[in-house]
Amino acid sequence: MALSNETIQNKLIEKFGEQVLNFSTASGILSFESSKEINLKVLQYLYEEPSLGFTFLTDLCGVNYPDNIGAELVVVYHLHNFSENIRLRYSVSTSVHETAVFTASKLFESANWMERETYDFFGINFIGHPNLKRILNVDEMDYFPLRKEYPLEDQTRIDKDDEMFGRG
Amino acid sequence: MRPVRFNLNPKEAEISEAISMGKAPDGVPGDGFFATQLSSVVGLARKNSLWPLPFATSCCGIEFMATMASHYDLARFGSERVGFSPRQCDLLMVMGTIAKKMAPVLRQVYLQMAEPRWVIAVGACASSGGIFDTYSVLQGIDQVIPVDVYVPGCPPRPEAIIDGFMKIQDLVGQESIRRRNSEKYKDLLNSYGIQ
Amino acid sequence: MEHQSHITLPKGSIEKTTTTLNIGPTHPATHGVFQNIMEVDGERVVSTEQTVGYIHRAFEKLAERRPLYQITPITDRLNYCSSPINNMGWHITCERFLKLELPKRVDYLRVIIMELARISDHLICNSIVGVDTGAYTGFLYVMQYRELIYEIYEEVCGSRLTTNIGRIGGFERNFTNTAFTKLEKFLNEYPKVLKEFENLFARNRIFMERTQGTGGISAERAMNYGFTGPNLRAAGVDYDVRVQQPYSSYQDFDFKVPVGTTGDNYDRFLVRNAEMYESISIIKQAYQKIQNFKGAEAEVYHADVPEYYLPKKEDVYTKMEALIWHFKIIMGEIELPKGQIYSAVEGGNGELGFYLISDGGRTPFRLHFRRPCFIYYQAFEELIKGGMLSDAVVTMSSLNLIAGELDA
Repeated sequence: MALSNETIQNKLIEKFGEQVLNFSTASGILSFESSKEINLKVLQYLYEEPSLGFTFLTDLCGVNYPDNIGAELVVVYHLHNFSENIRLRYSVSTSVHETAVFTASKLFESANWMERETYDFFGINFIGHPNLKRILNVDEMDYFPLRKEYPLEDQTRIDKDDEMFGRG
Repeated sequence: MRPVRFNLNPKEAEISEAISMGKAPDGVPGDGFFATQLSSVVGLARKNSLWPLPFATSCCGIEFMATMASHYDLARFGSERVGFSPRQCDLLMVMGTIAKKMAPVLRQVYLQMAEPRWVIAVGACASSGGIFDTYSVLQGIDQVIPVDVYVPGCPPRPEAIIDGFMKIQDLVGQESIRRRNSEKYKDLLNSYGIQ
Repeated sequence: MEHQSHITLPKGSIEKTTTTLNIGPTHPATHGVFQNIMEVDGERVVSTEQTVGYIHRAFEKLAERRPLYQITPITDRLNYCSSPINNMGWHITCERFLKLELPKRVDYLRVIIMELARISDHLICNSIVGVDTGAYTGFLYVMQYRELIYEIYEEVCGSRLTTNIGRIGGFERNFTNTAFTKLEKFLNEYPKVLKEFENLFARNRIFMERTQGTGGISAERAMNYGFTGPNLRAAGVDYDVRVQQPYSSYQDFDFKVPVGTTGDNYDRFLVRNAEMYESISIIKQAYQKIQNFKGAEAEVYHADVPEYYLPKKEDVYTKMEALIWHFKIIMGEIELPKGQIYSAVEGGNGELGFYLISDGGRTPFRLHFRRPCFIYYQAFEELIKGGMLSDAVVTMSSLNLIAGELDA
């Protein structure tokens, strides 16, 4: 039986009830979210349930919504089922003051570096990660650059005049 | 012979355009000898046998590969042997973006080179940071090492890289013997914190 | 300095320790800047730790500042060996997000350019595998034909490597007759060259002994590690974004997807080689289809979307609406609709994905690039564990790691 977005939605609601919410179909991909405590349970269910079989983690990234107080940092997982050719988007959110999320790297090896990148850019702390340190930026950097409050340019450079670039 | 011609209206090459005579340095010619300054002879020898170290980090590195390949052959200019060891090379060609994480590595490679050494910054990113005015990119390698020639472009065409190389050859050919021991050069290195 | 003339140690007192070897950010063979700190026991690799980020240019933060067209130049610099695929992938993402329909001729022209870029990427990878095993001639020979591909790009967009090709909705100009002449010459001459290049390596005993059995990975582990592209296909999984979720009218073309068995270096070489033959066949089919367009249809090179496609300069100087659209597009004053989209294309290394979140402003709220190199480089330790050091070097180059795509 070919898998469809409604089937996935029904199975998830059947298993997790009220804990999975905000189902929507943006551009053909079913997306939903849940609280961060059950993220591993949801991912494991999607992986192991024979009729769902989302065994490929396409992408893992973070987003910073500074206006959502209490849920400023969001981790988005993109999953893919090769044989049925269906994609899924799953997101969990966490507050900027208490940024602990369970790691998915036991289930998917590819989550290892992607979580390090998310930590490097946003400061989301992944519990249980084997090697959570900065990956793309210099190790001594003390802030998380992709959060919206930090600027793009290096403020200590002397050769480029912000006035002339319209950013003064 | 596979013709790889795309010129839809090719014109026959004339031999006089294909060969140019190099300029001899100033000196006193004679019957079986030529007297000139030592620095000219040394410069002539050095400039036609520069050994470059391609420090290729990103897209400009691919254009460098195209320059080294047979279409735009860089080996014609004497750099047949590209070395990857700084101890054996004269010319450090920095091609590509240098991030702040990479800057100490670049400086160490420069320090490992023996005098006389020249640096050419190929591409906009190496010259000034390029289009990446961000927190993680070094805005030009002249923040950490002294540079002799800058080649602009993103990426520069192989002809532009060869032009930069020829300018380095001019610098090498005209360098005085005592330059590396002069006060001015020492001040330059001190301004970078290099002893 | 004193020398000890006899140094005798009691039997069994020297432990077997490993040496730490740093294959550092600058290493020969122009792969790019990443570092492997290896523990080697003699010639055998015991473990390795990879450090990336030496060319981190903050593309994702940069994209939050720029309207849609200004993001195309930075997508160029992701996988710079095949930059048209990145550009088209970004434009396809924007078109899917803005729900634009494109005419067929535009799709076929895009397919030609994308397959040329794929050939150019696989050529670099395969010839560098040859260089790393010691055979430099193949590299020099095929670089000549990469120059032909660069000339075709130059005819269309003006630039060789970082092409910034195309617009949202099509191309900036129609392909000239010179471009088609060059394409025909390429299609006539290149298959023989590819055959000759393949003969140098595919049944060459030295090459086979060096690459077979090294750097292998099973299909389940490859999927768990997030492999896509030729590396995954060499391991045995036939996942190709062009087939699964066709974009740019790939469903109209008839091509095979080559799949390997063991995922070792030899299989990766052969898969890339076979993909180049398939690309040539796709280009021939696309060219045939383009020649079938006659009359007014043969002049179509973009969709009719004035909000996103720059108008012609003659119209900008004479007509009012064209002037206004020109101003709005260049200054980036077109507001994007709200929403999010994830869209992927088959890049030279695998699934290149773009995750775009927009909150209605003139620039994206968040743009994330799903970069295939970054994801499969994690598996490097598992691929080379227990193998020889020289095999580690060949594995590194056969994975086709492009530093620009690793670090973004």
